[in-house]
Amino acid sequence: MSDSDSEVMAEADGFVSALNMPDVPSAKLPPHLELRKTRVLCNVDAPHNTDTVQYSGAYASIGVDNSLRFDDFCNNFRVEVTRLSHEDMEFDMVGIDPSIANAFRRILLAELPTMAIEKVLIANNTSVVQDEVLAHRLGLIPIKVDPRLFDYLSENDTPNEKNTIVFKLHVRCEEKGQRLTVTSNELTWLPKGSEFLKTSESLTSTSKAETYTSFTCSQDSLPEFGGNPISVYPDITIDKLGFGQEIELEAHAVKGVGKTHAKWSPVATCWYRMLPEVVLTEEIEGKKAEVLKQKCPANVFEIEDLADGRKRATVARPRACTLCRECIKDGEDWEKRVSLRRVKDHFMFTIESTGALPPEVLFTEAVKVLEDKCELVISDLS
Amino acid sequence: MEDLRNKSHSDVDYQKIAAPIKSAVDKFQLVPEFLKVRGLVKQHLDSFNYFANTEIKKIVRANDKIVSNIDPNLYLRFKDVRIGNPTVAMGDGVVEDLSPQKCRLTDMTYAAPILVDVEYTKGSHGGYSLSEKNDVAIGRMPVMLRSCCCVLFGKDEDELARLGECPLDPGGYFIIKGTEKVILIQEQLSKNRIIIVTDKKGNINASVTSSTEATKSKTVVVMEKEKMYLQLNQFAKNIPIMIVMKAMGMESDQEVVQMIGRDPRYGALLLPSIEECASLGIFTQQQALEFLEGKVKKLPYANLLTGKAGRAMSILRDVFLANVRVIKNNFRPKCIYVAVMLRRMMEAILNKDAMDDKDYVGNKRLELSGQLISLLFEDLFKTMISEVQKQADNVLSKRSRSSPLDFSMLLPRDIITVGLERALSTGNWDVKRFRMHRKGMTQVLARLSFIGTLGYVTRISPQFEKSRKVSGPRALQPSQWGMLCPCDTPEGEACGLVKNLALMTHVTTDQEEGPLISLCYCLGVEDLELLSGEELHTPNSFLVIFNGLILGKHRRPQRFANTMRKLRRIGRIGEFVSVFVNEKQLCVYIASDGGRVCRPLVIADKGISRIKEHHMKGLLDGARTFDDFVREGLVEYLDVNEENNALISLYEWEATPETTHIEIEPFTILGVCAGLIPFPHHNQSPRNTYQCAMGKQAMGNIAYNQLLRMDTLLYLLVYPQRPLLTTRTIELIGYDKLGAGQNATVAVMSYSGYDIEDAIVMNKSSLDRGFGHCIVMKKYSAINQKYENKTSDRILRPPRKDDINKKGENPDWERMQILDNDGIAAPGEIIRPNDVYINKESPIITKGEPVMVGLKDSDYKPSRQTFKGTEGESCVVDRVTLCSDKNNNLSIKFMIRHTRRPEVGDKFSSRHGQKGVCGTIVQQEDFPFSERGICPDLIMNPHGFPSRMTVGKMIELLGSKAGVSCGRFHYGSAFGEPSGHADRVEAISETLVKHGFSYNGKDFLYSGITGCPLQAYIFMGPIYYQKLKHMVLDKMHARGSGPRVMLTRQPTEGRARNGGLRVGEMERDCLIAYGASMLIYERLMLSSDPFEVQVCRACGLLGYYNHKLKTGICSSCKNGDNISTMKLPYACKLLIQELQSMNIVPRLKLADL
Repeated sequence: MSDSDSEVMAEADGFVSALNMPDVPSAKLPPHLELRKTRVLCNVDAPHNTDTVQYSGAYASIGVDNSLRFDDFCNNFRVEVTRLSHEDMEFDMVGIDPSIANAFRRILLAELPTMAIEKVLIANNTSVVQDEVLAHRLGLIPIKVDPRLFDYLSENDTPNEKNTIVFKLHVRCEEKGQRLTVTSNELTWLPKGSEFLKTSESLTSTSKAETYTSFTCSQDSLPEFGGNPISVYPDITIDKLGFGQEIELEAHAVKGVGKTHAKWSPVATCWYRMLPEVVLTEEIEGKKAEVLKQKCPANVFEIEDLADGRKRATVARPRACTLCRECIKDGEDWEKRVSLRRVKDHFMFTIESTGALPPEVLFTEAVKVLEDKCELVISDLS
Repeated sequence: MEDLRNKSHSDVDYQKIAAPIKSAVDKFQLVPEFLKVRGLVKQHLDSFNYFANTEIKKIVRANDKIVSNIDPNLYLRFKDVRIGNPTVAMGDGVVEDLSPQKCRLTDMTYAAPILVDVEYTKGSHGGYSLSEKNDVAIGRMPVMLRSCCCVLFGKDEDELARLGECPLDPGGYFIIKGTEKVILIQEQLSKNRIIIVTDKKGNINASVTSSTEATKSKTVVVMEKEKMYLQLNQFAKNIPIMIVMKAMGMESDQEVVQMIGRDPRYGALLLPSIEECASLGIFTQQQALEFLEGKVKKLPYANLLTGKAGRAMSILRDVFLANVRVIKNNFRPKCIYVAVMLRRMMEAILNKDAMDDKDYVGNKRLELSGQLISLLFEDLFKTMISEVQKQADNVLSKRSRSSPLDFSMLLPRDIITVGLERALSTGNWDVKRFRMHRKGMTQVLARLSFIGTLGYVTRISPQFEKSRKVSGPRALQPSQWGMLCPCDTPEGEACGLVKNLALMTHVTTDQEEGPLISLCYCLGVEDLELLSGEELHTPNSFLVIFNGLILGKHRRPQRFANTMRKLRRIGRIGEFVSVFVNEKQLCVYIASDGGRVCRPLVIADKGISRIKEHHMKGLLDGARTFDDFVREGLVEYLDVNEENNALISLYEWEATPETTHIEIEPFTILGVCAGLIPFPHHNQSPRNTYQCAMGKQAMGNIAYNQLLRMDTLLYLLVYPQRPLLTTRTIELIGYDKLGAGQNATVAVMSYSGYDIEDAIVMNKSSLDRGFGHCIVMKKYSAINQKYENKTSDRILRPPRKDDINKKGENPDWERMQILDNDGIAAPGEIIRPNDVYINKESPIITKGEPVMVGLKDSDYKPSRQTFKGTEGESCVVDRVTLCSDKNNNLSIKFMIRHTRRPEVGDKFSSRHGQKGVCGTIVQQEDFPFSERGICPDLIMNPHGFPSRMTVGKMIELLGSKAGVSCGRFHYGSAFGEPSGHADRVEAISETLVKHGFSYNGKDFLYSGITGCPLQAYIFMGPIYYQKLKHMVLDKMHARGSGPRVMLTRQPTEGRARNGGLRVGEMERDCLIAYGASMLIYERLMLSSDPFEVQVCRACGLLGYYNHKLKTGICSSCKNGDNISTMKLPYACKLLIQELQSMNIVPRLKLADL
């Protein structure tokens, strides 16, 4: 992006590249090179042409400019949301380099902050699950709260209402002969902070007993959480209790990123795939068409009735292709007839949010992170 | 059986034949039923039950009377003996019931009293009165878990849970002083059988190891220089066999030849022996006995009382072939036995095929815990009897007796109790009566993993010493088929010697011989006594040999064998009696002795299985059990020898009219450990062997009661899973309930270079989410000791932060934060290195006069126990138990838990012998991901495949992948494809395709680093991975300076002692070759044990440094004139001084460089 910025600046300076001039015929790549540049060929043996051609002068010898242009990008780039729900979203991102798409994916996985339980103060745990394991399990429970409202808790900070969320869990199995399943529903938010007293302090000082957090005000008095209490993802089994077993603990959630621990990752997972393109290189008719249709478990092909009663195979649903390569498996002739390809600059992006933020917000956040990074690079370089 | 076949032939329903063949009956269900009734450790249990119910009674009956030597009217007779319920006497007369879990926790022995009913006479010279006493305890017998004496016997899952026991635990072991001990199955050569082998010199010999209740001996007949000799321990030299024959009354050579057989070739072979005998001038029995007399070993303490002629005779009678009894001085059976031995030898000479194979499983017997315990018990019982007798005589010999002797009061209780306990806990079987000194018979049951535990109880330990460099006994025997696992054997020195039982193996116990012998005679066996030597070997007549004893001959052996088998099938004789017609040796062998391995097979008539659809339906409905199948003659047990008479087809559809038996399931040829491997029949065989060893080291769940146990070391996996690709064996033994691994999504590709040499690249996010997390628990214990002066340790309330002692200081409160007010660490507390876990104090004076008054605080010294963990490891006190030990001291045990997350260097393995360490841990975003967003948990280098040829692993990957996509557990039982217990690759591929994967399991992956697709399709899918117990945390070690050994002042050795890392001989050689002399100097002396010595240049001896005069002085020259100071390794100085102490004077000659 910075590249294109400079481009714009250059134009503003009155400098115009010869290749940019309207009367210069923009040479097109010959089709076979164009194919190599824009498509991944998924042959039976291996995918070919998987990498991208970045160098601006890669095709200079045949007079084609390969540099990335900002206005080209602006013209071609588009995003189409195909599916969107509270938890996941799928969208197409077209006209972008894989490295950029990958950057978004990586940021989503590892660099977007969320809140997650980091510290667990266990007052009592007589269940069969060990304290460490219980704490680990608690840590992995997604907390439905906007992490942007919180600060990071750095080493010297005291936990306060701006950087810590406190949950309480106190359950006991009272029924004889019954097992009690403790789920994440049982975690209750303590907007006023920790209720556990620091034992050492309570003995000496007569002043207000100190707890493990120092909230200046209750979190529910803050406008963000007023009518909107902080909750966790429901129905996650934490533990099972037998008769008489009890858990009493306090869990402190702090802000962090997925890089340090996967529990802070805002997405369950997030990935993209390149747009499948299925090309029939020759007409497939009659029985062969039937066979082809049968071959594909994803139902990519359809049969078209031609006017003269012949049947012809068509590619009806290329997006459904899972690249099982069934259609090109049986012998070289099939490999010749059907060509499975991936479009290198068309990404079908999927984001599965854990619930802290809606997926579309996550993506915009990721864009912001990338922006910040670019700015950092620019400012550091200049 | 012949007529039986004919009958069934005539009954054939022709319509049925014309009908299309139905699919073969699925006999798999028999396997779980078999395991239900016989179980995995049934051999141990059966053996122990047999001992507890039968053998112990026999032993007591055989030695039931104690008669006083002084007054023979006084006696005690044991009427009955039995083993009671496991109880323990709690000192004050209270008897408490024992449960195994209680014994484990409180370090007790799980034992039950041996109760006897006795009758004995009381009184003296004049009147004797007979009295009786019932339920007298004569000792305590350690009880095998789940045996008929155990409280767990016949309990269901709920009751077991209430007793704190795991229902999946196999039992078959003992609990001695709180530790679980298994008596390993001992492999031995069969007793009382003729075995023809070649010895080291290439001579052919026939040997018989005789074993009767009274004696054990080994008789060898050897062919040396074409002549045959007898070797017997009691004779100093080899005895020509003809002399032995003559000594036994076979004076005529013709008779011998006739007895051996009239074949001229035999005669020719015997001729040199006959000639030798004649050349020695021995023709009569008298001469022969005199000759033997001269050869009898002169024992140093041989008393001259036994008559000369008696000696040789008695050896021949009692020692020579002791298994053939001589009744009323009738040596004829022995002669025939020798003749048979000779005949077999000559056959072997003429025809090498007739040689026996020592390693043949049919020639082996397995000695189980019951037999071993009975040996021990017999010895101890006899010791006890003689002890009682001695005591009684002692009492009686005293003139002045106040009360009449009460025999029952003399019965000591501890001889048997202590004897059994000691043998079981040390594993040393010292039975003097049988000259038996065996070591390592018991082993601690390893509770590293559930599979390891099972592996222990099925292990067979060899009798040979392991160091022998022979390949024969180590090789895989074809006769092991179905009996012993072909895969499960350790690597290294015990390779091939230590074996494991297969899944369906049963080991027989002894069976009553008498009825069987008379049955044989009833069925037309001609008695030996009535036959002349000539008749013995008439063609078409077979010798009938019962448990190594020649009963006689039978003219229609096949018919005889068939009748015996028929009787067995209808249950008239024991199901484990084996009938084996040996066509080559013209013998019918009938065996009912214990220790034979056998296995169940489906009987087929003319190749048609006797088991029909409705039988199996009955089994599934629960209307039938496995035993019903045996009782109805549908299934029978064959031992290795009888298998030779059977034609066993693998599957029903492969059966031909000649087929006599059909296998139940082919995968049962594997044992427990090999049964976990999916598709083992696609792997290179050593890989399966490696996995068998590694499965035992895998962490997982140990038992349902794992958190209630107090093992010294416990490895647990935090989230164990059951394998996605299971086998039938896994389900049968409960590995699906107590798994030891996790299903990891594996991508087979190269990544980052940290995956060379089998290393694994792991996904950090997977680890974050709990993959491979494990818990290590260690036991620490403390004892609140009581001392002889009536003092005892005490446990004190720890000082708290605000407590101040007399000196106004409180140094230790920080180290004692985790202690409760009772001075014992509280469960759930985080324990750091150097933390005190028990605040104990011991009295300073512990010996001498009993102290009655309470001790003052100053009489105690602190003996706190501190936790010595490595820094940075945060451990937690998991559990604390208090119990009293056997000396009635309070024993406190702590389980300290450490939860670990995988780190670089931890060892992992798949189920195909492919182990590897974690090479690096990589962030998830750098990992490749598939079109479906799947990101692997680990990456394995493809170079692991070509040389290992573990195709099974690839199929496991495919199968698991299909399994997760279609939601059905797939199977990979060994050889299971034809019978449907393993999924075929074609079917798996179809499933994969149906769910949109490539049929070959290779996915289109994107690089997580560049975002572009990878240039190859990657083989990716779930594989069950085990975390092995070897972890870097327990192994890593480095040191700068540290402790030194006192004697040599060199750094200590070993990680446990924080030792130094040694520059060894070879490293030193390298440095010398390189010329780095100063480095050697630094490593070998300066960094090790430098020492400054004073050397006298005049005499070359070491002097000393006088600190007052501040000079060195030579003690031999008595001056300090020629003293030089130099540096020397302390070890060198030590050597010089030690040599001096031996009157060798090493002198140092110093020179300037």
